[in-house]
Order: sequence, then structure tokens, then C-alpha cells
Amino acid sequence: MSARTLLDKLWDAHQVVAETAATPGVLYIDLHLVHEVTSPQAFDELRSRGLTVRRRDRTLATLDHSTPTLPADADGRRPYYTPEAESQVAKLEANVAEFGVDLLGWDSPDRGIVHVAGPEVGATHPGMTIVCGDSHTATHGAFGALAFGIGTTEVGHVLATQCLLQRKPRSLAIHVEGQLQRGVTAKDLILHIIGQIGIGGGTGHVIEYRGSTIRSLSMEERMTVCNMSIEAGARAGLIAPDDTTFSWLEGRQRAPKGAAWDKAVAHWRTLASDEGAKYDQDVHIDASTITPSVTYGTHPGMVVPIAGNVPKAADALEQKALDYMRVTAGKPMTGEHVDVVFVGSCTNARLSDLHAAAGILRGRKVADHVRMLVVPGSEKVRREAEAAGLHEVFLAAGAEWREPGCSMCIAMNGDLARPGQLVVSTSNRNFEGRQGKGARTVLASPLVAAASAVAGVIADPRDYLDQEAAA
Amino acid sequence: MSSSRPLAYVHSRTAVLANENIDTDRIIPARFLTTTERTGLGKHAFEDWRYLADGSDNPEFALNKPAARGCHIIVAGRNFGCGSSREHAPWALLDYGITAVISSEIADIFRGNALKNGLLAVVVSAAEHRWLLEHPGIELRIDVAAGSIRLPDGGEIRFELDEFSRHCLLNGVDQLGFLLQQDNAITAFEKNLEQAA
Repeated sequence: MSARTLLDKLWDAHQVVAETAATPGVLYIDLHLVHEVTSPQAFDELRSRGLTVRRRDRTLATLDHSTPTLPADADGRRPYYTPEAESQVAKLEANVAEFGVDLLGWDSPDRGIVHVAGPEVGATHPGMTIVCGDSHTATHGAFGALAFGIGTTEVGHVLATQCLLQRKPRSLAIHVEGQLQRGVTAKDLILHIIGQIGIGGGTGHVIEYRGSTIRSLSMEERMTVCNMSIEAGARAGLIAPDDTTFSWLEGRQRAPKGAAWDKAVAHWRTLASDEGAKYDQDVHIDASTITPSVTYGTHPGMVVPIAGNVPKAADALEQKALDYMRVTAGKPMTGEHVDVVFVGSCTNARLSDLHAAAGILRGRKVADHVRMLVVPGSEKVRREAEAAGLHEVFLAAGAEWREPGCSMCIAMNGDLARPGQLVVSTSNRNFEGRQGKGARTVLASPLVAAASAVAGVIADPRDYLDQEAAA
Repeated sequence: MSSSRPLAYVHSRTAVLANENIDTDRIIPARFLTTTERTGLGKHAFEDWRYLADGSDNPEFALNKPAARGCHIIVAGRNFGCGSSREHAPWALLDYGITAVISSEIADIFRGNALKNGLLAVVVSAAEHRWLLEHPGIELRIDVAAGSIRLPDGGEIRFELDEFSRHCLLNGVDQLGFLLQQDNAITAFEKNLEQAA
């Protein structure tokens, strides 16, 4: 057999029926993650046809998008933003009860953002196909799983048949070599990559992130990188599993145990692209040249080094983006007035992200005019952060410490910015109005976010890290 | 409603939204995603672009211009539909009366969602795209079976559409029904999976 890429191996292993010129292939799905926003119409479809969920054991639901991040009152009533949000959550609770699907619900110690909680409970394994009605499903590719977002019609297809009709995407290898400099995180790396290849650069492709830099990343950092593959237009991002992956996964409640674990690991070790495998496209990135980076426009490909200046608009549409953001070509992003700082989302709300932000906030204060929200990615992250005292650091600095959820990343639950406010956000999208109508979003790492919260303006975290080093 | 109604032709004037990278948050802002229905989203399509702060129509928005009333075809800037997987985006467009979107590049997930709902997502070459962007309001006749767009002067633009999507659009095929018919193959596949485990 000729040399195969990781994508080839995953695809071949899940083909129920091969594609032909006339019809797409039938692809088997190992794990289907479900949340309240993109599933109700799919469950309705099943109900109207008298169908059941084919594999309850391969389906796992959570509540995250429409959920409030403020606690319930003394009577247990949760402060939902709207009655619709509350009824959407109630509908998922009713659907999982009716169809017999596991739910990481309000009473679960494992509830969280679907792409934080899924890996945490050990549901995400190397070699799997994983889908969810959510474009950031690419996150799970960090484990060497082929994971991608689907629409609600397809959610219904998977619930009913555990399969999808798919044509095989093309492959794009992003080779990253060189050491990340101090103050430069996985978030800066992926923002830099999107800035390089553009937000349509991965369309029609699955990205495989490769190279020594990727190998040296922790699992949480790998998830941050894969998470934003869709921001480059790619439905999925992949990283071949290795010892970092296996040691992170071992012992988690849904991971294989005992002899099954050993057998699984032996198989997972085969899940790497073969020597000499050819990709449809190759991109090379030198990690040592990357600095902390931020977005300056209204899509995630408009990225600039934090110490750099806003680039000149290439055309009238880019100029409109600069006008919306109220930034000026030729001027630095540092020093821009900040109204809100958000640390959270499936991109950057894991324990290491909160440690990074807390490292800068410890002993410092959030600037008086800045509102800062810290929203852990899951109940487990919250517990571990509180056990480490991180919540006290955030609260002492003047930030809000919230309950887990998607929160201000998608701004469906009432956590949103006001028109015109500038938000430095560790989330994944800076589209116009994403964080509230008229809100202006600057995507950044947890280090940049924390430094900017303290400074009250967009700030380079290396200045703060230098102070610590000097102290 | 996973089978859409058959769609063979779209015959309409065009409205041009020249912006590149029109994302799914622009098409349907996230605050409207708390619906548990597929219908009724048309009134919120392009909400933050289409209405002024006082709730009145934004006269600058292309689809609000008198010439665009009754248009079923949007010619959009490159990379239309980027962003989230929300199927609410094609649902909102269909409910708003749009049956075809033409661009030089359409985001993968949006395109798949659109075609499954009978919203024709057409990708044309950069040169043809530029020409269409420069000629708003022209009458087009899109022929799904032929994979062609007829221009007012009789000229023609060809577009690619995979056979299965074409078949599904033309016949309103129920893709879930198609998958359910694969039950034997799926069961055999699952048996192999369990034996390997």
C-alpha cells in the first residue's frame, strides 16, 4: 500500500460505503456530541418519523450555549437571559430523557462547554470520527480524531443512523518548526497561521498540524490550535497522537481500561502519516518568529503582531472593517482603550489558560474602567481552578468569576458587550456583532487578555512577564 | 423536513452583497438561535445589517433597495457563509425568500447545510463572479440539471455541482431516507468494529 496520511487512515477506517461519482460515501461516526442549540429540530425529525437514537452509547449531550453563567438563586431558579433560552435547555433535557441519551446536565460534576467537557471525561479518543452541531468540533482533532462540525439536518442523520454522507476532503499539512518564544502561546500560533493562510485558506481541506513545535505542545495547547481550524475555513484539524496524548487520556472515566487500554494504545501508535505521504498542500511556519498576536479587524485572518502596526487597508471593504473597529492604519494596536476583557470559550478556558491569566493578575488590579469576565470551560476546570486558588486571584483583581459555559464567545446567554465597546477576548471569532450588537472584538491569548485588563489598554504581556522575571 | 421541495430552476433578478467573508453571525445573529423551530427566522436574516437602530429598514442595505424587492438570488462576495455550523443561516435565507446564493467561494459547512435544505449554493469562477458583482439587478435563470446560469444577453455561466447534490435538489430527495436504506451495511460495519475491539 502506498504511503497514507493520517487523514487517509482515519477516513479508510470509517468508510461504511465508499463514495462514487454519483453518491457520497457513508462515513461511520464513533462519537456524537450534542448541545441545546443545534439539536431540537433534529430530535423533532426523529420523533416525526418514529425513529430512535441508533447508538445511545456513542451519543453524549451537554448544556453550554444558552446557559447563564451566574448562579441559581436560593430557590434553584437560574437567571436565564430569555424565556426562549430556558425553554431550549428544557427541550434538550426532555429530549435526552425521551431518547435515552446521556446528558452532562446541571446536576453533573462534568458539565461544561462541549469541546472542553468531552475530552475531559475521556470521551474523545485517538482514531475516532467525532461530530457535533458546532463548528469548533475541530478541537477534538488534537487527539488524532477526525472531528468536524455539522448542521442540524446532519445531527438528525447521525442520531438515526450513526452515519453521514460525506465526500473526502483534501489534505493540508502545516509544518511548524522552531521554538515558541516567551510570552507566545498556542493561541498566538494559531492566530499567526490563520493570518498567513487566510480565513478561506483551509476551505475544502482537513489540516494536519505537524512538526517539532506541535510535538512539544501540551494537550491543552493542541486543543487551542485545532479549535480554530474552522477559522481558516478547514472543517477539521488533526494532530497525530503520541505519548503526550496517551498520558493525558489515561485514567479518565470514558477512556479504555486495563488490557483494552494497552490494545488501544498499540493501535493509536499507528495513527500517524506515513513517511513520504503526500498532502494536497503544504505550508511551512517558523514558530521562532511569532510574537504575541492580536486581531485588528472583523475576521480572524486580520492578525497583527502585538508590537506591530495596523496594516493599510487593501480595499474599501477592509477599510470598512478598520472603521468598524475604530483603528487606524499605521498606528499600533497596543494602547487602544479596552472596555471588556473576556477569558473563556472552547478555545481558551482550560486550567492552563486560567493559570496563565492568573499569573499576570496576581497582585495586580484590573483597571477601573475595565469589566473582566473569567468563565471556566467546565465544572471540572472550575473545581480545579478554585482548588488552586485562582478564583481568589481573579476576584481580588476585580474580575468576575463565573459558572462554566460558552458565555461571551457567542453572547447568546446575556453575557455580552454594549455597542461600541472594545472586548479583548480569548475566544475564536471577531465578526461584527459577535459579542453583542456593535461590539468590537480583539482576539488574543489569555496572557494578552490579562495584561490588557490590568493596563486598561491593549498591552504586551511580555512587559508583565519581564517584571516578574526581574522581581 | 429533511427532504426539501424539488428545485429545478431559479429565475430572478440578483441582489448584490459585495462584502467578502459574510459570516453566519451576519446572516443570523446568535441571539436568535434559541429557537427550537426551523421556520420563522426570515424576519431576522441579516438583522444587524438590514435594520437601523430604531428598527426601520436600513436604506443602504442592498436587499432593502426597491430594485431588490422580490429577488431570490444573492450574488455575494468571496467566502460567503464562513463561521459557524448553524443551519439557522440557510433556514433564515430561505424563509426570507432567497433560493440561490452565488459566489466565487462558499464556506464548506454552510454550503452543505444549504444544499440539504434546497438553497442552491453556486460557486463560479473569479472572473464570472466579478462580472456578476458589477451587474446587480440582472435577470438570471439558473438551471440545476444543466449546471448553468443563463444571462440576459443569452450568454451562459457553467457551474459545478456534485451529482448527488444535483439529484437531491432536482428530486427533493430525503437524504435521511437514503441513509436509513444503508442499514445492512451499517450493521455489518458495527459488527466488525465490535470484533476488532
